[in-house]
Amino acid sequence: MGTPLSPVSPQADALRTLILVTVALAGFIGLLVTGLVTYAVIRYRDRGTGAEPRQSGGNRKIEIAYTLIPLGIQCGLFSLTVVTMHRAEPTTTNRPPDLVIVAHQWWWELNYPGAHVVTANEIHLPAGKAMLVELRSADVIHELWVPQMAPKMDAVPGMPNHLVLEADRPGEYLGDCAEYCGAGHAWMQLRVDVQTPQDFEAWERGQSRPPSLATGLAERGRDIFQSRTCIECHAIDGLGSRGNVGPDLTHFASRATLGAGVADNTPEELDRWLNDPQSLKPGCYMPRMRLTPTEVVDLMAYLEGLR
Amino acid sequence: MTDLPLDQRTNFPVVAAAPDAPATGAHSGGWYRWVSTVDHKLLGIMYMVTALAFFLIGGLEATLMRIQLFVPRNAWLSPNVYDALFTLHGVTMIFLVIVPVQLGMAVYMVPLQIGARDMAMPRLNALSFWLTALGGVLLYLSVAVGHPPQAGWFAYAPLSLPPFAFYAGMDYWALSLLLIGIGTLTTAMNMILTVVTLRAPGMTIRRLPLFSWMMLVDSFLILFAMPIINAALVMVLADRLLGTHFFKPVYQGSAVLYQHFFWSFGHPEVYIMIIPAWGMISEVIPVFSRKPIFGYTFVAMSTVAIALLSFGVWVHHMFTMGLPMVEYYVFSAASMLIAVPTGVKIFAWIGTMIGGSLRFTTSMMFAVAFLIQFTLGGLSGVMFSAVPVDWQLQSSYFLVAHLHYVLFGGAVFAIYSGFYYWFPKISGRLLSERIGKWHFWLTVIGFNGTFMVQHVLGFHGMPRRIYTYPDLPGWPILNFISSAGAMLLAFSTLVFLWNLYWSSRYGKQAGDNPWEAWTLEWATTSPPPEHNFDAVPPILGRRPLWRAAHPQAEDVKAHYIEEPRLVAREKRLLDWVSDNIPRSGMALFLASETLFFVSLVAAFIYYHYVPGYRASAHQALNPLRTGLYSIALFASSFTIWRAEANARAGNNSRLHGWLLGTIALGATFMAFQVLEFVGLCHRGIDITSSMFGSTFFTLVGFHGLHVLAGLLMLALLYGLLAARLLPTLKRPLATLAIYWHFVDVVWVFIFGIVYLWGAL
Repeated sequence: MGTPLSPVSPQADALRTLILVTVALAGFIGLLVTGLVTYAVIRYRDRGTGAEPRQSGGNRKIEIAYTLIPLGIQCGLFSLTVVTMHRAEPTTTNRPPDLVIVAHQWWWELNYPGAHVVTANEIHLPAGKAMLVELRSADVIHELWVPQMAPKMDAVPGMPNHLVLEADRPGEYLGDCAEYCGAGHAWMQLRVDVQTPQDFEAWERGQSRPPSLATGLAERGRDIFQSRTCIECHAIDGLGSRGNVGPDLTHFASRATLGAGVADNTPEELDRWLNDPQSLKPGCYMPRMRLTPTEVVDLMAYLEGLR
Repeated sequence: MTDLPLDQRTNFPVVAAAPDAPATGAHSGGWYRWVSTVDHKLLGIMYMVTALAFFLIGGLEATLMRIQLFVPRNAWLSPNVYDALFTLHGVTMIFLVIVPVQLGMAVYMVPLQIGARDMAMPRLNALSFWLTALGGVLLYLSVAVGHPPQAGWFAYAPLSLPPFAFYAGMDYWALSLLLIGIGTLTTAMNMILTVVTLRAPGMTIRRLPLFSWMMLVDSFLILFAMPIINAALVMVLADRLLGTHFFKPVYQGSAVLYQHFFWSFGHPEVYIMIIPAWGMISEVIPVFSRKPIFGYTFVAMSTVAIALLSFGVWVHHMFTMGLPMVEYYVFSAASMLIAVPTGVKIFAWIGTMIGGSLRFTTSMMFAVAFLIQFTLGGLSGVMFSAVPVDWQLQSSYFLVAHLHYVLFGGAVFAIYSGFYYWFPKISGRLLSERIGKWHFWLTVIGFNGTFMVQHVLGFHGMPRRIYTYPDLPGWPILNFISSAGAMLLAFSTLVFLWNLYWSSRYGKQAGDNPWEAWTLEWATTSPPPEHNFDAVPPILGRRPLWRAAHPQAEDVKAHYIEEPRLVAREKRLLDWVSDNIPRSGMALFLASETLFFVSLVAAFIYYHYVPGYRASAHQALNPLRTGLYSIALFASSFTIWRAEANARAGNNSRLHGWLLGTIALGATFMAFQVLEFVGLCHRGIDITSSMFGSTFFTLVGFHGLHVLAGLLMLALLYGLLAARLLPTLKRPLATLAIYWHFVDVVWVFIFGIVYLWGAL
C-alpha cells in the first residue's frame, strides 16, 4: 500500500502538503503541552515543606491569550484547508466519465464507457492524463482509497460520486476499500497500473476484443463454465451471460491477482480458488462448487486462455 | 457565624442538620437490599460494578482482536467472528462502560458535592440503572443465541438492513441501545433536577464544584442527543422488521440520511463521554496541586460552548461521502472552532499545576498522563477537521489511534484518576499506592505501546476493521508492536483488579478527608452514612472546607459579578423548579421528546421530495376528515385544563366528569386514526408501500402511541381517584396535563406538515 506521503498526482500532492502542515502544527503544540506539563511536574513537586502555595485562581490576561491564540491558529488552518480542497476536487463533473467504478461486495467493477471495456479490480490508466471517475455502489457503502493518487471517496448506493485519478509517471499503486462493508472487506484491494499512453492504448484494445475461441480442454472448460452455473454470477463476453454477482472474467488471464487481491493469479492459487474459494477469502459469495479434479483442470485451461 | 453551635465531631458550625432519615428501601441485608435500593450511593456502586464487568468483556474482545492481528494473513479468527468482536467492543465500551461508569460516579458524588441527601428522584434513579444493566444483558443475549451484531458499532445502512443483514443480531443491537438510551436519558433528567433544586444553602450555581457543573452540562447534552439516535434506531427497526424503506437505497431510501441522524447523535455522544472526565480532572488536579483551578469561569463556560457547538460538527464524520463542498467548509470551520474551548481547559489545568505544590498520588499520575494523552488525541482530531487530511486518513488506523487516544488515553485515564480519588470516600479504605504505581506505569506503557504506532499504520495505508492484512512493507512489524502493547494493557487491567481486591481487605483506613480536599463530599464520613451529612458546613465560596480550615483567610477572588437582576430572575426560576419537581422533570422529558419528533418529521420532509411521493400523499390522505376528528384531540386539551382546575380547587365530583371527558375525546381521536389506518391498508397503502407509507405510518403512528400512553395514564389516575387510593390528583394531573398538551401541540405540527403541506 502506498502512503499519502508519496503522492504521484497533483491532488495527492496537495493533500500531502496540508498533512505535513497539520502534523507540524500538532507536533509543535503537542511538544509545547508535554513540555509545560513536564516542567510543572519537575519544578513544582511537593518538597515536603508543608507550606501551601499561593492560592491564585487564575489570570484573566493569560486566559484570554490561550483562548485567542488558538482561535487565530484555527483561522489560519481553515484558510489553508479551503485552498487545498479546491486543488484536490475535480474541476468539472459535467462531462461523461472516463471510468465508471461500481463497488460490489467484495470487488470492484470497472467500466471504460468510451472503449467498451469491462474488467475488475485492476485499473489501468495512462500516465499524465486526469481520468474522471464516476464511483457507484451496487450494494452497501464502500470507500475507494488509493493513497498515493487521490482523496478517499465513498461509493454510496443511490448517490454516484466523482473523483479524479491521475498519476504523473508509470507505476503500480495499490488501493483498498476503506469502509467496512461486510465479511470480505479485508480483501477488497484495488491495483492501479499506470502505463505510458501507448501501453495503455494497447491494453484497452486488447481488453475490448472478444477472447480467442476456446479449443481442446479449454472448450470443455467453457462448457463446464456454463453447465456448472459459473455463468450465473460471472459474465464472459461471447457467452451471452450478464451475471454480475462476481467479476467479469472475459480477460481474467490478463489480471495479476484473483479474488480482489487475496491471491496472485497463478495456476496454484487458481486451483485452490476453484476447489474452495472460502479457504482463500472466507465469507465471499462464491460457494464451494464441489468440482471434480478433471472439471477443475478443464476450467483452468479455459480461464487461463481468457487473455 | 461564630454564634452558631459547633458540631462535636467535625468542629464545623451547625448550619443545617439533616432530618431523621426515613427508610429508603428494605433494610434487610444481602442481595435484596441491593436489588430494591433507591439510595444513590448504592446505585452508584452498582453502576460502577456493572461498568467494570462490561469493561472486562470489552477488553477481552479487544485482546482477541489484537491477537488476531499479531501476524499477517492470520486464519485464527474468521471474518465473521472478528467483525462481531469489533462491533461488540465498540458498543460495549461506549454505551456500557464509559457512559455508565461516569454516570454512576456522578450519581454517587453529585448529591454529596452539593450537600444533598439523595438525587431528586430516587426511584427514577433505580429505574435508570436497571434499564442500563438489562440493556447490556440484552445485547449479549445476541451472542448467546449465536447472532451477534456485525455491522460495526455505528451500523451504517444499508449494511445493517436486509438483504445484507437478515440475522437477528442487528435487532438486538437496536433494541439494547434503545433501552440503554432511555436509562441514560432519565439519569440526565434526574441529574439536572438534582443540581438545580437540591443544592445546600449558600451553594449558588457559580459555586458548584466543577465535576457537578460538568455533569449538569453533560446532562443537557444527553437530553438533546439521545432522542436523535432513538429516532434513527426506530427507523432502522422499522426497516428491518416492518418493511419500511427509510434507509434502503434500492427503494428510494437514503443511506446518507442514516449517517446524518446517527452522527447528529454520535458527535454529541463523544462529548457526553469526555465532559464528566473533564469534571473529574478538574477536581483532582487542583487538590493534588494544593491550589484552586486556574480560571474557573473560563473552564465552566468553555464547557457550555462545547456542548452547544457539539451539535454543529457532525458532518465531519461524513467528509468522504461526496456531499457539497459548501457543507464541508461550514462543518470544517465548526470542527476547528470546537478545539478552542477544549484547549482552554488543557491550559487551565496546566496553569493550576504551575505554582502549585504537586503530590503524585496514583490519582494525580493518571491525571497528568491524561493531560498529555488527551492533548495528543485532540491534536489528531484537529488534523481530521482539516477536510483534505480527513480525505486521506479517515477510516484508517490513524483514526483508530485518534479515537483511542481521546477515549482511552483521555476518558479512561480520567476515570482511573477519579476512581483512585473517590474510592476512599466510597469504601472507607485507600487504594494501595504501591500497587497503584504498578497499575499506572503498566497502563501508560501498554496504552501508548498499543496505539502510538497505529498513527504510523494509518500513514502506511492500513484501513480499519479488517480481520487480517497482507504482508505489505511496515504492516507486520507495526501490528506486532501494537499487539504486544495490547497484551501489556490487558495485563495492567488485571493489576487494577488486584488493587481493588487487595485494598478492599487490607487498604489503609481513609478517614473523612484523606486528600485534604475542599468539596462537600469530604465533609462526611467515609463511607457516608445513609443520610449523607450530619451537618453541612457553611458554604461561602467554591471551596467550603478550605474556608473552614482557613477561617481568617479570603478564598480566591471570584472573577464573576453577580448581577442582582439576573440573580433575582434566576432565583425565581430555580425556586419554581424546586417547588415543582415532577412538572420540571416532565418538561425536561418533553424537551427531549421534541427532538425525537423533529427527527421523524425531518425524515418525512426529506422524503417528501422523492419522485412520486407528493402524488401518493395527495391520493391517500383526506385533510378535511382528519382535521375534523382532530377537533376531538384539541377539545381534550380544554377538558384536561378544566379537570386540572377542579383538582386544584378540590372539587372531585366535577373532576371525575372532566377526566372522563378527556379520556373519551382522546379515545375518539384514536378510534378515528385506527379507522383511517385500516382504510388506507384496505386501499393497498400500508407501511411497506412506498416512501410515503414508510414515513407516514411511522410518524403518525408514533404520535398515536404517545396519545395511547397518555390515555392509559389518564385511565390509571381516574381509577386511583375512583377507588379512593389517592385523595387528590392535583400534582399528578398537573404533570400529566403538560404531557397531554405537548401531544396536542405535536399533532398541530404533524397535521400541518403531513396533511396540509404534504398532501395538498
